[in-house]
Amino acid sequence: MPDIAVEVKDVSKRFRLAHGRYNSIKERVIHGGRAPTEDFWALKDVALQVHEGETVGILGRNGSGKSTLLKCICGVLQPTSGEVVVRGKLAGLLELGAGFQQDLTGRENIYLNGSLLGMSKKEVDRVFDAIVDFSELEAFIDGAVKFYSSGMYVRLGFAVAVNVDPDILVIDEVLAVGDERFQRKCIDRVKAFQKEGRTILLVTHSPDQVRAICDRAIVLSHGNVVSEALPGEAVRIFREGLLEEGGALVVPPEEQPEAQPISVMLGPDVEHPVRITYAAHTYPRFGEVAYLSTGDSMTIGVGYHASIATDDVVFSLELRDIDGNCFMRTDTDILGERFDLPVGPGLVNFIIDDIPLMDGTFSYSVGILSKGGVLFDWKEPGGAFDVMSPGKATGFITLPVRAVLAPPERDSIALMAPEELAHLEAQA
Amino acid sequence: MADASAMARGHKVTRVVSPTISVSQRMRDIWLSRELLIYLVRTEIKVKYKNSVLGLVWSMIAPAMTLAIYFIVFQVVLGNRQPNFVIFLFAGLLIWNLFQLGVQTGTGVIVNNAGIVKKVSFPREILALAAVGSACVFFFFQTCVMVIFLVVLHNSPDWTYLPVLVLALLTAVALAGGLAVLLSAVNVYLRDTQHLIEVILTAWFWACPIVYAFQSNIGKRLSPSHLLWVYFLNPVTPLVLTFQRCIYAHVSPVGQVKQPDGKYLTAKYFVLPNWGHLRYVELDLGVLAIAIALFLVALAVFGRLEGNFAEEL
Repeated sequence: MPDIAVEVKDVSKRFRLAHGRYNSIKERVIHGGRAPTEDFWALKDVALQVHEGETVGILGRNGSGKSTLLKCICGVLQPTSGEVVVRGKLAGLLELGAGFQQDLTGRENIYLNGSLLGMSKKEVDRVFDAIVDFSELEAFIDGAVKFYSSGMYVRLGFAVAVNVDPDILVIDEVLAVGDERFQRKCIDRVKAFQKEGRTILLVTHSPDQVRAICDRAIVLSHGNVVSEALPGEAVRIFREGLLEEGGALVVPPEEQPEAQPISVMLGPDVEHPVRITYAAHTYPRFGEVAYLSTGDSMTIGVGYHASIATDDVVFSLELRDIDGNCFMRTDTDILGERFDLPVGPGLVNFIIDDIPLMDGTFSYSVGILSKGGVLFDWKEPGGAFDVMSPGKATGFITLPVRAVLAPPERDSIALMAPEELAHLEAQA
Repeated sequence: MADASAMARGHKVTRVVSPTISVSQRMRDIWLSRELLIYLVRTEIKVKYKNSVLGLVWSMIAPAMTLAIYFIVFQVVLGNRQPNFVIFLFAGLLIWNLFQLGVQTGTGVIVNNAGIVKKVSFPREILALAAVGSACVFFFFQTCVMVIFLVVLHNSPDWTYLPVLVLALLTAVALAGGLAVLLSAVNVYLRDTQHLIEVILTAWFWACPIVYAFQSNIGKRLSPSHLLWVYFLNPVTPLVLTFQRCIYAHVSPVGQVKQPDGKYLTAKYFVLPNWGHLRYVELDLGVLAIAIALFLVALAVFGRLEGNFAEEL
């Protein structure tokens, strides 16, 4: 068993919600030194252990205490009771570029920020080039950061933070910065950290990220740890939690087929005559297991609401991998289906008989368009599903493959590899 | 113990985040962040004069102007003919400016750096200490100006008092540091503190024998009634006197006194008390003891208040 890197021991954190703040002496005297307050427990006896080399995701709604927990672990906040023991050097990415001095240059800020994060000058000297390189700000490094764009700002912040060489990296929803390419770069960096056996604690709103990166996930709700489980399981619990509390959630069609809350306008809507009310999927053992197996059949349903009767409508489906790359797109027009929709709600199912996908998390997006290509409505991601392959082949897709041993006949070689033929003739 | 076993396991530092962190742990954390302290001081100075043409020269011009004003008021308008009055003034102002600047800027430092305090974990006391640190840098620049004055005015310091002066300097830094740490934390909860301290410091300035001579104005009047100790409740007084004794070096110089009829008579000025080295050392050590005690109390109080910084800012 590896050592424990972060141990949270029964941490509670109370916030006093003041009804009006009394920050001046006059106000304090008038109100007898006490402002009317209401206690709010952001964390209640939270206990958790993170082992070295583990990547743990923290999921939770807004206000569930995720950020408070991270701040306690980083030492930015002190818990009201309990304690956090951190073994190893910790770098917290609570906010990128926190502590940058507007008037100083990028170069000076790298040194200042580095030392704020606990690096010595020598250490910064050593990684300075790596930081500049990662941030892609070579041309601007001697300009004051107040002239940086917000993208440049966070890039520099992230570059410094990941080069601190921490044993433990704590990330609070900062992976959603910069353009797509830089995001990819950040995630690659985080994955490299994992490979090096460092410990990562990650707060995110994106369940996909949890699935993609984490070994384990924790679901927080109202300051309590609701669940501590494998990522897929935790995401499921998180989503169910959302449902209970009335949040938006993908609902399997069998469970609530027609009783969907319809949030669209009920009168005729000329610009968007057909809107998506929900998207959901199901597969044979939907209620029993959190994943489908390679070769299972799968149904992706698109619930819609038509505000006018129309036949000028196309339903589209896109399948994406975890990085958001679309690897398949189709629509009812391509499939040769024509639908004549009456006014009112309805459901269109896309049925895939034999899923050729292997291990991974995949998502789908659905859309409704006119035949001319005018987009009526779009839902991205419509939902996500996990696939597990029972076989030993690896990769993300399986194609029917056979293997035979073929004799070295001239004709077949000539067909497949003409240059090989010359070689054979030279030998003969 | 915990540290040692963790070290043995792989040179990993163990850090505990809890509502109670001991004062000794705080001291250790501060020591470990000393490099950060230097960076913060450097940053503060750099930022302060970043876009000004004269830059650091301003740090010398400002006290020189103060000096000029006091000189005009006291020597020209009020007719004080104390020899080398400028040096006398400068000696007192030098140490006072260090103290005043450190306490004044230190008080607002947590509130002004809310962005870092809320998002980055480091010993926050460092911010207050950095304010005192940059006051020390300005002290250094002013000392340079001072040396020029000493040479131009042919005023030779009493070098035998130099070690005492160093002691007084360290004491002033400790005192300002303790106050800055304490007040910076209090200021988060009571924002009046930074305005209040401004007023208090103005009064405090006049409670120190900086623009008026100690011996003739205070010593002679309070000694007979045995009330001199009241004046020495001000911990900065011994430090100011030490600086004056070393730099100004005239205990009771001979100068001219303006008579009611407008003529000047040669007379003796009683500027400084007629003490030996030991008396100065004693007083300064006393203040140092107070300063260290204050610093420890300040760290403890800071620790108590620190837990809720992030939500109060």
